Amino acid sequence: MNHQSPPQDTKRDFLKYALSGGVLAWLTSILYPILAYLNPPKVTGAQVTSVKVGKVEDFEDDSGTIFRFGNQPGILIKTKDGEFKAFSATCTHLDCTVQYRQDMGLIWCACHNGRYDLSGRNIAGPPPRPLEAYSVIIKNDEVLVTKS
Amino acid sequence: MNRLYQWLDERVSLSGFIEFIKHKEVPKHRHSVWYYFGGVTLFLFIVQVISGILLLFYYRPGADTAFESIKFLMTKVQFGWLIRSIHSWSANLMILAAFIHMFSVYLTKAYRKPREITWITGMLLFFMALAFGFSGYLLPWNELAFFATKVGTDIAGSVPLIGKPMLVLLRGGDNVTGATLSRFFGFHVALFPAIFTVLLGIHLFLVQVQGMSTPLHPKENEKIDSMPFFPNFALRDLLLWLIVLNILAILAVFFPWELGVKADLFAPAPAGISPEWYFLFMFQILKLLPSNILFIEGEVFGVVMFGIAGALWTLVPFLDKKSSRGEKSRFFTYVGIFAIIFIIVFTIVGWLAS
Repeated sequence: MNHQSPPQDTKRDFLKYALSGGVLAWLTSILYPILAYLNPPKVTGAQVTSVKVGKVEDFEDDSGTIFRFGNQPGILIKTKDGEFKAFSATCTHLDCTVQYRQDMGLIWCACHNGRYDLSGRNIAGPPPRPLEAYSVIIKNDEVLVTKS
Repeated sequence: MNRLYQWLDERVSLSGFIEFIKHKEVPKHRHSVWYYFGGVTLFLFIVQVISGILLLFYYRPGADTAFESIKFLMTKVQFGWLIRSIHSWSANLMILAAFIHMFSVYLTKAYRKPREITWITGMLLFFMALAFGFSGYLLPWNELAFFATKVGTDIAGSVPLIGKPMLVLLRGGDNVTGATLSRFFGFHVALFPAIFTVLLGIHLFLVQVQGMSTPLHPKENEKIDSMPFFPNFALRDLLLWLIVLNILAILAVFFPWELGVKADLFAPAPAGISPEWYFLFMFQILKLLPSNILFIEGEVFGVVMFGIAGALWTLVPFLDKKSSRGEKSRFFTYVGIFAIIFIIVFTIVGWLAS
């Protein structure tokens, strides 16, 4: 019984594997740069941790103002009692930018009618989570918003 | 004309092709009218290519230049407003025609053997048409487009596993920015046309080679009447294309497409915002879903359901075994009618709600 394959077959197998491996490596060397290219570079900028939004008297009671927090929108609420609250203005449902509705006394998202109370909690509609809350510090009559 | 034919024939032997064309027949029966809609879709695609290339001469991609270039086009370029209006209207009409074509092919069960590949390429073409619509919509970089893209890419991002990488790939980052505009421009004018052309080539080639499907009849040996493609059907086809062109012109002129407000990344989404009509039914259903179903986010559930429905619909030639055998397949007819009514109802509800 001949248990060993003849030398030509093993040489052929080796060549098959070596060639396939080589072709695979070559294809990878083409595909990898393309895939890496499609992956966008991370936007590195100074990470914004606090923003001066304005002076206390700039904002009326019972109002909401959209402001820039780095490259994201934030919303600053001044309640009827003059208290400041700040949140990320990006709706937790599908990323639309929310707004303050004076007639409803709450934060509203126009895209799919999502509603948040003035503590940022999702109270109606499709949003699955509350708005990310920021901290508000009043310093020398200026309103400072920082990430909690 | 004869001399030209001779000259070409001596070089590329046209006679075989001409013989084939001369014998092309189109079946005549109760449902023949639906045969026109594939051609209407094709015609509107041709309109899109021509108007799209014309727009390319003036459009400048980029967050700082896109909106302004279209404003310039619409106010200063002679007939610029018309070219743009035609492009936007034709996009909508093309998708409408594609819907009609798809549903008429479905209900006449033309997807059955031997036309499975024609159906599959047709469904891929349909999804490509929606992708064209979605990517083209962002290019003016106006408010509506900005939020439509935010929502649409977010929905793509909600797909389990592959969602987040897809979202980053589509947006060119984590958020919708100028990078997104660049990518969508590349998709819309280069990648998608290339893919579409290949699929369309296969789709049309198969239709030529296999001819028109006829609806399943109870009496199989009943002879179906037919008319020659040239000149009878071809002339009817051309007449319909002319009528469609006129309808398009009337819409483009009397209901010109608006430019809107430039996108402001820091402004809230405007009240009453809603997507184009062909996405309205999905939009409406997603609005109605609760924020959580069991342990899954409502959104994800909805998207996955739509994905499964789309996949099943695309695979219908392999699921509907009965029609492949030439038998009546009532269940699939009812599914089709249900789908049509479902889409129409939710589109109307979505439109009324906005």
